[in-house]
Amino acid sequence: MTWRTARVVGLHDETATARTLALVVHDWPGHVAGQHVDMRLTAADGYSAVRSYSIASASSSDRRIDLTIERLPNGEVSPYLTKEVMVGDELELRGPIGGWFVWRSDQTEPIQLVAGGSGIVPLMAMLRSRGSAGSSAPFRLLYSVREPETVFYRDELRALSNQGDAVVITYAYTRVTPKDWPRPAGRIDAPLIATGTWPSTLRPTSYVCGPTSFVEHATDLLIAAGHDREKIRTERFGATGERK
Amino acid sequence: MAIISRGFSGRRSAADAKLPPGQYLTTDFPVLSAGPTPHIALDRWEFTIDDGSNVLKRWDWKTLRELPTEAITVDLHCVTRWSKLGTSWEGVALDVLLANVKTDLPYAMFRSYGDYTTNLPLKDVMNKQAWIAFKYDGADLEPEHGGPARLLVPHHYLWKSAKWVKGMTLMPHDKPGFWENLGYHIYGDPWKEQRYSEE
Amino acid sequence: MNASLNYLDGNAAAGELSRIFAVDITSAEGQCANCGAKRRFAEAHLYSHSPGLVARCALCGHVLLRLVNVGERVLLDLTGMRYLTLHPTQQPEASS
Repeated sequence: MTWRTARVVGLHDETATARTLALVVHDWPGHVAGQHVDMRLTAADGYSAVRSYSIASASSSDRRIDLTIERLPNGEVSPYLTKEVMVGDELELRGPIGGWFVWRSDQTEPIQLVAGGSGIVPLMAMLRSRGSAGSSAPFRLLYSVREPETVFYRDELRALSNQGDAVVITYAYTRVTPKDWPRPAGRIDAPLIATGTWPSTLRPTSYVCGPTSFVEHATDLLIAAGHDREKIRTERFGATGERK
Repeated sequence: MAIISRGFSGRRSAADAKLPPGQYLTTDFPVLSAGPTPHIALDRWEFTIDDGSNVLKRWDWKTLRELPTEAITVDLHCVTRWSKLGTSWEGVALDVLLANVKTDLPYAMFRSYGDYTTNLPLKDVMNKQAWIAFKYDGADLEPEHGGPARLLVPHHYLWKSAKWVKGMTLMPHDKPGFWENLGYHIYGDPWKEQRYSEE
Repeated sequence: MNASLNYLDGNAAAGELSRIFAVDITSAEGQCANCGAKRRFAEAHLYSHSPGLVARCALCGHVLLRLVNVGERVLLDLTGMRYLTLHPTQQPEASS
């Protein structure tokens, strides 16, 4: 897998700390929802850093991909990508990478998506791919965030939950809830899994993504609720959200 | 040929200090690990010196802390290219631990809680060159940096300063430890840039 | 935040491993040589902030795989897995 050149063609802020980079990638072979790229940044003296970022955009036949990047307070790379990079800049990346944590549009079984913070990114690619493929596979999303301002893709998610063939979305807020929110702030727990996700009797395929501690906790809850371990696919981001 | 990323410099600081070849100066303290951070209760901790057949010396936390300690300031050089200068530690010199050990075995394999190992010539951990360190920057050494106690051998690359150290096995011949047996240099002198084994 | 959860998973090694494996490794099922657990490589616990990559069994912690880059060479230790089942013909294809 070779390093390819990607040109930045657009920038869009999702939240105060997360930005989507729209890239056109030379010789891009296409991707499947859930895959990621490795991006390599090289300083003038040859120092380089490599980070992994999930592709946020749907599978498509064109050369364009979107990456949504969260700026980490002590990050070495994310502050550069979310504040310094400009339209027209060139970046190097390799990919698409990954064959297990993927959703293909020929899957018809119920799908349970569970996102912790920036773990929503590859799951958004799955939701977008479902849309562009015209799939009617039943999807539910459980999306855990710190507070309302940290939700990515808010308008798009609202539209997905309002359309016909709706995606059922359950939000969990861990630190600050919206006004008059029925559930107090806190991490996801067994009662939320019981009311906010597909029952295990439907035998859904689950995709869990986020920081390692979130993924372990959510996976334990799904198994306790009766899901088969083999039907739960996971992708862990660094403890601070950055995949190294 | 890599594309240079306009304006990217990473986390490094300007290097005007003298560094070993190929190193960058860092102001933070990166945490590198080959496995989960062990959490060892002090009432179970021990450090042993053995010769492969017999335990020659054993200290528990209490008896270790009764030994004379030193405050030292040393530079750290990691084989992943970061260097951190002027770090302050407190610990017991290996000279103290080896004081009454009579051996003609010239090498040692240091063993850690977990499965990490690293090898060193015995003469490289004597003569004020190595410590069992339990305080960093004036405070108890954090688990992620090797606490409760780690080996500190600053004249070698930092992978030789085994975190969560629990003992040393004296050996007649040099044998490679965890990283030395997969491409890293058997000795690891940063000033000679001995990162990898020569093959 | 539990500081000892300092690992990622096999997905994070896929880019590095794609340089040497022609087939996607994350969906490969491997058997731990220590405890016998059979799991997808994607589920292995990955320690990558290190002088090399280390993948450990999620169940028993045994080292499954180690990878070190030495210049142009890649040193790979697979002794921690009894076997890996790979799927050469089943590659993810982009849908158009």
